[in-house]
Amino acid sequence: MSPRHPQFTSEQLAEVRRLQGLYPDARGALLPVLHLAQEVFGYISEEVEEYVAGLFGLAPAPVHEVVTFYTMYFREPKGRHVVSVCHNLSCHLAGAPAILDHLRRRLGIEPGGTTDDGRVTLLAVECLCACEMAPMLQVDDRYEGNLTPETVDRLLDQLR
Amino acid sequence: MNQPAAVPTEAILTRNFGRADSYTLTAYRETGGYAGWAKALALEPAAITDAVKRSNLRGLGGAGFPTGTKWSFVPKGHAGPIYLVINADEGEPGTVKDRYLLERDPHALIEGMLIAARAIGSRLAFVYIRGEYITPWRRFSAAVREAYDAGYLGRGLDVVVHRGAGAYICGEETGLISSLEGRKGWPKLKPPFPAIKGAFGAPTIVNNVETICQVPHIVNRGPEWFAALGTKTQGGTRLYSVSGRVRRPGVYEASVAVTLRQLIYEHAGGVTGNGRLKAVVPGGASAAILRADEIDVTMDVDGLRNAGTMAGSAGVIVMDETVSIPDALRVVARFYAHESCGQCTPCRETTGWIHRMTERIVEGRGHKEDLDTILDVARRGTGTTICAFYDGAVGPYISYIEKFRAEFEALIRHA
Repeated sequence: MSPRHPQFTSEQLAEVRRLQGLYPDARGALLPVLHLAQEVFGYISEEVEEYVAGLFGLAPAPVHEVVTFYTMYFREPKGRHVVSVCHNLSCHLAGAPAILDHLRRRLGIEPGGTTDDGRVTLLAVECLCACEMAPMLQVDDRYEGNLTPETVDRLLDQLR
Repeated sequence: MNQPAAVPTEAILTRNFGRADSYTLTAYRETGGYAGWAKALALEPAAITDAVKRSNLRGLGGAGFPTGTKWSFVPKGHAGPIYLVINADEGEPGTVKDRYLLERDPHALIEGMLIAARAIGSRLAFVYIRGEYITPWRRFSAAVREAYDAGYLGRGLDVVVHRGAGAYICGEETGLISSLEGRKGWPKLKPPFPAIKGAFGAPTIVNNVETICQVPHIVNRGPEWFAALGTKTQGGTRLYSVSGRVRRPGVYEASVAVTLRQLIYEHAGGVTGNGRLKAVVPGGASAAILRADEIDVTMDVDGLRNAGTMAGSAGVIVMDETVSIPDALRVVARFYAHESCGQCTPCRETTGWIHRMTERIVEGRGHKEDLDTILDVARRGTGTTICAFYDGAVGPYISYIEKFRAEFEALIRHA
């Protein structure tokens, strides 16, 4: 169950087979299965890449190629929470640089970094398409918008 | 300032947005949902395509291609599978509309898919939702389950909901297809066009979420009604995402014949910052920028093309006089450098290079020949790449510099 020795449970393997069965070619399920693998193992290590490749009858290289192409697959351990601050145009115009600076100072890390206690990974990301609530960020699976330093503080305080 | 009267618009795509339970099958049926599908069942597939052609519906994802014409490219009498793919990989900076549709009216998309699939002869459809859109993905997936339980799906059409994993290029239809096939999202050379050879090698029609959400209304109320809502060459209403320096940022439904001025001053309540408009991007980041004196244009595909820009995804980003255009270009250039997929050399190299140039200019380290060099290099790459991404990047590179050159020059002079 670890990123070093990945092994899905039989239930998870059944889910892999179900996903593969949805596509005319099982390989269509590669992105969804990598999402599942990240959820289960925490991040996509080289061992996870090889394990997933085996589930698709692929060499590790085409899986590595996919993992490194997309931004949502983490290749190193990430924090228990991921805070992604949009820094594209509409958020920029609404003050995203100040929000990002505030997070840098509060967390003591640069975008791309994770706090020492493993609580938060901070990212600066391209448009999340919530420009009507700029400046905004994504914290784990939810969007938070119309941010101020104060609302950012409240958000951080809720993250354990 | 000459302020034309607001174009009265009936809420069509947004008619359910005010209901708290708008995403449920119950709410959708109460407001006439699935009536278009009932009518479509009595029509021959070719008659559906013909109606969509006559409605002048044009793709609302960015390219503005006539939807009915696209559908008609599927080879007649094709024996194997044909796929319908919905592009819900919303990513164009400034655009938020498909998120609203997925979250607030997912059954409109399902009903439109049923009708579109009947028209093109598809029995299996994929909905490619950008990976970051977790709530929209959950909402839409729940609606798909409701539609299966109610017997709309599973009797001639199956729907697979697919999550992306973070890559702007997957909004390009052939990049999306590569990604759906389990590969990195590299666009494919055309021809063959997806309608001939698309996902998994089969004829495939890729349509944007909003485009397909229009289809039930076209079938239900008639193509002439829809066509009359717009201009001579484009029918209907569409959703405008308005953001940046405006009083009321948000999603507004209006005719494609609405003017940019009306959107900014009437729908979005006018300009904030110092209150004076400087510039506006009318169709998402890839659209050429317009100056304050260029906003008396209609927002339809041809209206904005004639104005030297594009309707794109109808993401309107407003900038008041206090905004630095070079700084805005720096942010946009960073985006293109980050999102270039790396397949074609002119795009991969130029986007990174222009990003570094704009950083240098904004940081006060620009050289006086920089602007002409950027313009020259940007132009040389135009039309040399596999997909439209690079040409989309060139729109802002050139227009920001040409229309606001003095601002760039001031930064360079003080370097």
